[in-house]
Amino acid sequence: MTPLQHYLALSVALFAIGAWGVMARRSIIVVVMSLELMLNAANIALVAFSNYSPGTPGRGEVFVFFVLAVAAAEVAIGLAIGIAMYRLRERLDVDELDELKG
Amino acid sequence: MKAAVLLIPLLPLLSFAFTGLLGRRYLKERSHYVSVAAVGISWLLSMYVLVEVERGQTLSWQLYSWIAVGRFSVDIGFLVDQLTAVMLLVVSTVGFMVHVYSIGYMHGDKGYYRFFAYINLFMFSMFMLVLANNFLLLYVFWEAVGLCSYLLIAFWFPKRSAANAGMKAFLVNRVGDFGFSLGIMLIFITLGTLSYSGVFASASTLSGGMATAICLLLFTGAVGKSAQFPLHVWLPDAMEGPTPVSSLIHAATMVNAGVYMVARSNPLFAQSHTAMMVVAIIGTFTAIFAATIAMVQNDIKKVLAYSTISQLGYMFLALGVGAWTAAIFHLLAHGFFKGLLFLCSGSVIHALGGEQDMRKMGGLKRKTKITYWTFVIGALALSGFPGLSGFFSKDAVLTGAFAEGYWYFWIVALITVLLTAFYSFRLIFMTFHGEPRTDPKVFAHAHESPRVMTVPLILLAIPTVIGGLMLGIPPENGHIDRLLHHIFEAAIPAGEHVFGPLTLSLMIISALVGIAGILLAWHLYERCPWLPNAACKRAGRLYTLLLNKYYIDEIYAAVIINPLRGFCGWLWRFVDAGVIDGAVNGAGWLAMGAGRLLRPIQSGKVQGYLFSMFLGLLALMVAYLLFNI
Repeated sequence: MTPLQHYLALSVALFAIGAWGVMARRSIIVVVMSLELMLNAANIALVAFSNYSPGTPGRGEVFVFFVLAVAAAEVAIGLAIGIAMYRLRERLDVDELDELKG
Repeated sequence: MKAAVLLIPLLPLLSFAFTGLLGRRYLKERSHYVSVAAVGISWLLSMYVLVEVERGQTLSWQLYSWIAVGRFSVDIGFLVDQLTAVMLLVVSTVGFMVHVYSIGYMHGDKGYYRFFAYINLFMFSMFMLVLANNFLLLYVFWEAVGLCSYLLIAFWFPKRSAANAGMKAFLVNRVGDFGFSLGIMLIFITLGTLSYSGVFASASTLSGGMATAICLLLFTGAVGKSAQFPLHVWLPDAMEGPTPVSSLIHAATMVNAGVYMVARSNPLFAQSHTAMMVVAIIGTFTAIFAATIAMVQNDIKKVLAYSTISQLGYMFLALGVGAWTAAIFHLLAHGFFKGLLFLCSGSVIHALGGEQDMRKMGGLKRKTKITYWTFVIGALALSGFPGLSGFFSKDAVLTGAFAEGYWYFWIVALITVLLTAFYSFRLIFMTFHGEPRTDPKVFAHAHESPRVMTVPLILLAIPTVIGGLMLGIPPENGHIDRLLHHIFEAAIPAGEHVFGPLTLSLMIISALVGIAGILLAWHLYERCPWLPNAACKRAGRLYTLLLNKYYIDEIYAAVIINPLRGFCGWLWRFVDAGVIDGAVNGAGWLAMGAGRLLRPIQSGKVQGYLFSMFLGLLALMVAYLLFNI
């Protein structure tokens, strides 16, 4: 059986790639995609922990479904923002959205 | 009686409001109608009050409770007794004459309506000042007459010197008034009341030191208002105002307020021999001090101004030695003849188209007969020529000083009589006699003033001639002595003086000294006109000293004003601009600097925020792992 650390390493790697993507990429679509990466990194960790921990099976997997549902909703909103932004600016660069500075 | 007393101040006040509000737009050249009429009625009412008081009726009337806070209560109320009646007589008579005179003198002035409004306000304040029945009300109107004085000195305010003179009068008076207000507070603290009746009834309970302190503080106010040394400097400068103002405010009424106040407070002053001595010393010194300055001045109004200071000194001398009645008698007589002299000088100035320098006058006798003769009457009264009012009143002062044993004051006052007679007739000879030194063109146009100006002169000359005969005979026990006896009962030193050989010889001495002064002036300025110049050259230093008024103004400038200015400049540059503005600006800079420092964080870029969030999270995690917090 593959040790837990491998799953976790994958999860951390995915999460780090996702975080980097969210922070560094400019296109709003890539940012939303990177967000999905981060969520799925979390999912992997959850599933792995669930598998390796004693007690009621499937407790972690339930969370994954919640996360999937939330992620779907989030993608919908994220893409909607992307469309709205494109209508407004004709560009998809998140750096453009800096009106909230002090 | 009550109605009359109420109307006396009220009419000028209403007229002030009326003239002041409507004058500029509607009344213009007619501004004097209401204001002269109002003061005229006030004059009639004052005469009525005088007659009533003569018949023995006095009035103490609380009109309205003004302030009532705990133990502190002040009424607006009137006190009409013999002293008030005498003051009303001077104020209303000279006031009315000056109002009539001003119709001619101020004719065509741009501020015609303003003049009459102010002078009405002054009449109101002055009436209230003498009618008040407590110290606080007295103080309020004491300030109010000061305000009117300021407004009227600076009447021609576009002229820089006039505006400055008004300011100077106000500021110098503030010095005295500050002492006066402290005195009033001290009265309240020690006696618990401010009404005349209450204060005077319990005056004898004061300890000696406290009585001295109160009296000296009150006297400080009198020194300011009545232009005594060392606060006399404002009065000569006040001559920048229109001449009727000089006559009314700065000769006949307002400057007498100090004398009136001290006389009114006689039960207080009777408690302190020290304070009385200070009053007498300041008065005597001022009398001779101002008289010496008046001898060499060349501005006709300045001579009269110093003369006023000197005569006020006489009054304080009389108050200080306890010759209370003599002081009020001299106040009365002086009010009339000095008012007359000022109006005459105004007539001269009017005739010469604004010239005030006596060196450019002369020979006016032929041109302005009425002015000349009334001026001579006034000057004779001022010199103490036998028979005129000034003779009797001045003699009462001198006799009072001598009889109370202050022969040293008497000698100084006698020398002052000589100087007074000298400078009055120097003025007459320089102005009216000799060859005209005026520009021939101006002299050709010189003319007697219109009747509206000369009639007041004649009317004021009447009391100047007969006032002394009516009130002052026999000396020491004349009508005025009997009238005012009751007021000063408590404060008059023991021992009645009766008219006797001593009094008679004193009278003759002072009359002779006065005549000697007149003859001296005649000799120097009429017979040998080259002599004064030679004498001035011989006197050299002394002459310059006198001409520059003992450099008092310069000393004040050097000792008080310039250091104060320097200090204020330092306060302004260092404390105000440096510390206070610095603190305010510094607070602003601090906020701005902090903002500038923190602004880049708030870039608005979501990814930046996220980055810092991750950093924070990382930091927390590291901290957790390392330190197990």
